[in-house]
Amino acid sequence: MLCIKNGIVVDGVSPKPYKADILVDGDKIVEIDYGLSTSADTVIDATGKYVLPGLVDAHCHLREPGFEYKEDIGSGTRSAVAGGFTSIACMPNTKPVVDNGALVRFIKMRAREEEAAKVYPIAAVTKGLNGEELTEMWELKEAGAVALSDDGRPIMNSRIMRLALQYAKGLHMLIISHCEDLELAGDGVMNEGYMSTVLGFKGISRAAEEVMVARDIILAETLDAPIHIAHVSTRGSVELIRQAKRRGVKVTCETAPHYFSATDEWVDGYDANTKVNPPLRTGDDVEAIKEGLRDGTIDIIATDHAPHHRDEKEVEYSLAASGISGFETAFSLAYTHLVEAGVISLPQLVEKMSKRPAEILNIEGGKLEVGKTADIIVVDLARVFTVDVSQFYSKGKNSPFHGHTLKGKVVHTIVDGRVIMENERITV
Amino acid sequence: MALKNKDLLGLRGLSKDEIEEILDTAELMKYILEQDHKRTPHLQGRSIVTLFYENSTRTRLSFELASKYMSASMANVSASSSSVAKGESLIDTGKTIESMGADVIVIRHPVSGAPHLLAKHVKASVINAGDGINEHPTQALLDMFTIRQKKGTLCKLKVAIIGDILHSRVARSNIWGLTTMGAEVRVAGPATLIPPDIEGMGVKVFYNADNAIKGADVVMGLRLQKERQQKGLLPSIREYTSLFGINRERMLLARKDALIMHPGPINRGVEISSDIADGEQSSINEQVTNGVAVRMALLYLLTRRNKDAMH
Ligand SMILES: [Zn+2]
Ligand SMILES: [Zn+2]
Repeated sequence: MLCIKNGIVVDGVSPKPYKADILVDGDKIVEIDYGLSTSADTVIDATGKYVLPGLVDAHCHLREPGFEYKEDIGSGTRSAVAGGFTSIACMPNTKPVVDNGALVRFIKMRAREEEAAKVYPIAAVTKGLNGEELTEMWELKEAGAVALSDDGRPIMNSRIMRLALQYAKGLHMLIISHCEDLELAGDGVMNEGYMSTVLGFKGISRAAEEVMVARDIILAETLDAPIHIAHVSTRGSVELIRQAKRRGVKVTCETAPHYFSATDEWVDGYDANTKVNPPLRTGDDVEAIKEGLRDGTIDIIATDHAPHHRDEKEVEYSLAASGISGFETAFSLAYTHLVEAGVISLPQLVEKMSKRPAEILNIEGGKLEVGKTADIIVVDLARVFTVDVSQFYSKGKNSPFHGHTLKGKVVHTIVDGRVIMENERITV
Repeated sequence: MALKNKDLLGLRGLSKDEIEEILDTAELMKYILEQDHKRTPHLQGRSIVTLFYENSTRTRLSFELASKYMSASMANVSASSSSVAKGESLIDTGKTIESMGADVIVIRHPVSGAPHLLAKHVKASVINAGDGINEHPTQALLDMFTIRQKKGTLCKLKVAIIGDILHSRVARSNIWGLTTMGAEVRVAGPATLIPPDIEGMGVKVFYNADNAIKGADVVMGLRLQKERQQKGLLPSIREYTSLFGINRERMLLARKDALIMHPGPINRGVEISSDIADGEQSSINEQVTNGVAVRMALLYLLTRRNKDAMH
């Protein structure tokens, strides 16, 4: 038995936080009440801290198999737990690509061996991410894939995208779209605008993202099929999705913490840790992303955790790999820039980082209720700290937030009733 | 008065005082160049290495002669553009060169920001001899030096830069430098070759060469890469030349004593007509001479800075 005592609970269901103890037996929550007197063998004192459902990440890259030098399922799931994520969905752009049932099972097996965060594989939409031939989606679903995506690459051929949405709809599978028109993006390396002009870079226009968001909305709308738009980064995309939702299109979307915490001005200095796809946008886009989170247009916050090796980042900007190591800063960035800044409330944050992602992926999690699986985190919202990438559990130290001061930190993480992180230390 | 930073990475962020210091020093260097015996001991015991990832005869030669006239040891490292893609680390290469005793590394690189990356990882002074489409500060300094010599000042001069502004590191450096010195900079080119929001850098944008050239004290042409047309940025070179080519007729719109400049090498008959390039208003050859003087000045100022810091 495990008891989390004296914390303030945000349970993902009640609109208001309340003070309570949570009793866990095995992997289940058995009691939530104030002043529980128990003989639990493990007691976590959460006095002055908040107790939330474990975070759920709908978009990350674990790099195994194939790119273990960047990250593997062991380091990736520990990094996730360190960031408060108890369930994560990983993208299939590994080597080989996760486009068959055997690889889906392999990832699940590897994650079980590591005993850290629970991993839900997302499988490819097209074979080898080639954008041409559909994968065997039924087999992938049977093997345990929770969604389909060619993330990292757009499906440029609109006909293939339409067929994929159609076929997946018949199997009740969700397609997650990485929206990027490669022709428009060209050889751009950062957001197109004043900063790309100042720094002497070819730019990636917002249109490269928005034309694909518009296309995907139209395809989903005409098929009445669900679609999830990955990493929304521009004002225009938010507006397209807002209008589509009003019309009743089955579109959901995510943004990533860097799209509300950083701008293209950060590229000044040519630090490749600011290189990410889609690129960091302008302050105006950041405002629009926040507004989209506030009014519900943007359903969830996903990390797009994209670890890379140092050697892939300490190079000329145009040659550097794109992506940010995101697990271990996600909650703190969201708390600092959204909750502390008054954009959304803490219960809304829990909704966007735990409850809604679980709903969208149709997996367990997101709620603290008696009888539910005990995926729980304890966060210290008063904690002010400086991000230090050398302390990351992830192999990927590529974060533009290194050295930045943030507020709010995950201190304990409980997965399936087991304390995997205690006092900011991973125990497995 | 000395330069604030150990490196010269760009004219962005360089103060008016620093630019003036460089141009004033270049005056002295030009005097030395005009002597029969072109040698000074200013850089004796110093070692300069050029590291070029792109071909360039004139810029490299200019740095080489500048070093030799001032008695420095100098070596050239040629790395092909393909070696960039092959993953030979720029940082490793830079550190190797530094370990062999280089005081100054002059780098040209096809990727914007590469000199900045190198500068962060070596103690030697780094001079940017052109990075991607970002900056080419020594070219802009020699342009400014040339203008100042001809016109006496840079302040309030109307300078029209005509052509492919988007891909021009020469244009970017000139814009930073000239606006800092108080000149009025106009840029003109096809809309597909004007970078977004460039007005924010303090320039006036024209999509018509005639309007940009009208009343100008200086008209600067830029090299037009033929591949821009292949990539769809231009319908044809012919149309480009008729709209933006610098020719005698257009020059009648400029001030009578207007200076004509071009960083070279010239596509004759494309961005500038031969009679204008070779005419008496043209300072294209003098730009080359001044290039050596400006680079001597920079090498002197940067190595002197190191010395000051040591004592
Ligand atoms: Zn993506
Ligand atoms: Zn991704």
